[in-house]
Amino acid sequence: MKRIARSTLQTAVNLVFFAVIGTAILASTYFMTHDAIVKSEQAEKMKLITQIVPPTMFDNDIIHDTISIPADPLLNNDDTTLAYRARLKGEPSAVVLEAIAPDGYSGKIFLILAVHANGELAGVRVVTHKETPGLGDYIDIQKSPWIKNFDGKSRALYKDDDWKVKKDGGKFDYMAGATITPRAVVKAAHKALMYFDANRDKLFAENAAKTEETK
Amino acid sequence: MNLQQYKDIFLNGLWKQNAGIVQLLGLCPLLAVSSTVVNGVSLGLATTLVMTLSSGSIAPIRSYVPNEIRIPVFILIIAVLVTVVQYLMNAYMYGLFVVLGIFIPLIVTNCIVLARVEAFASKNDALSSALDGFAMGLGLTAVLGVLGAMRELIGKGTLFSGIDLALGDSAKDLVLHVIPNYHGFLIAILPPGAFIGLGCIIAWKNWLSLRAAKKRKDVIAPAPIDGGCSPATH
Repeated sequence: MKRIARSTLQTAVNLVFFAVIGTAILASTYFMTHDAIVKSEQAEKMKLITQIVPPTMFDNDIIHDTISIPADPLLNNDDTTLAYRARLKGEPSAVVLEAIAPDGYSGKIFLILAVHANGELAGVRVVTHKETPGLGDYIDIQKSPWIKNFDGKSRALYKDDDWKVKKDGGKFDYMAGATITPRAVVKAAHKALMYFDANRDKLFAENAAKTEETK
Repeated sequence: MNLQQYKDIFLNGLWKQNAGIVQLLGLCPLLAVSSTVVNGVSLGLATTLVMTLSSGSIAPIRSYVPNEIRIPVFILIIAVLVTVVQYLMNAYMYGLFVVLGIFIPLIVTNCIVLARVEAFASKNDALSSALDGFAMGLGLTAVLGVLGAMRELIGKGTLFSGIDLALGDSAKDLVLHVIPNYHGFLIAILPPGAFIGLGCIIAWKNWLSLRAAKKRKDVIAPAPIDGGCSPATH
């Protein structure tokens, strides 16, 4: 009996020993790569943002000039997201919002939108989607320029009824064979603009702590 | 260990016991990620790295691991190594990390890694275990690459698309548009294309092996002198 207890204990100690070594290796790798990971994530985000907000439109540290916005049915977010504010010489020029189109053909389509201070869309990009390759994936800028249709569009330019694909009587082009996907994106862009109009002042509100940082 | 044994290890990993087309282990990434050459080869190389490190590091400590808990310890070590590779890719190859996404952590569950540790590294010395892991990984990478090339060529008409994710923006020109203005053949990109492609590769490998076996038989039982080269081969 004693022998069994002893060998069990030894086995347990052995396992704990390997677990401790493993944890130590993991922890040190984490700390070694942490900065690089944050940096590459920010660089990637910056790349995406500058695609829809040209660098000439802002001179602030856009990555850090953020405001967290609670989940909103107009954006279809499940969680709090960050809005990035573009400012030129201190004046708000655009805001970058994240939104979700919940009714894509195969699940949610994650969008990032930039809205000019005057309520005009600066650009829309699809961040991730699961639409059918070769059919619905033309919403991706790498597959087709379709998503550029949104550039410069606003609720002042198109009435609320026009924010539909042409098949549904709206003003947006679509490609034959896949209407569900663009329908979802158009709807989400429209709702995001409504959100912008309703929350414009809040979105651009100066953030006391942040302004100190930028100067 | 002599040179011949090392050679055998390599031959086994790359061809005779190839993980992808003979042992049929590690099919999850094989089928999911092999939609392009770049994706297939990158995940293959990540797996190779993990296999080399795990086999090489488990072999020297194999006598300290009690038999009853060897599987949890092996999995622990493999999981640590995979996570380290994941951190490194996240830090230094971000674009590729985003593309391969969930499949990197899944290397842990790829049975070929544990299979080689259990079947080979727990019985052999460190150097030959590391070599075995390396060779097995390379064999898998080769299959992933070939399958990726087939699917990409048939499905999209290109080769090496997305290589800029692995090598930086300057590599964008390396993408080959083999068939210009190709409209794409969807099924090759979707999962069925992976099954069909893999089936073709396995058939090809079996055909080669059968032919080789037949030839060997011919040598053992000497053929008539005039027809020695068997002109009727296909």
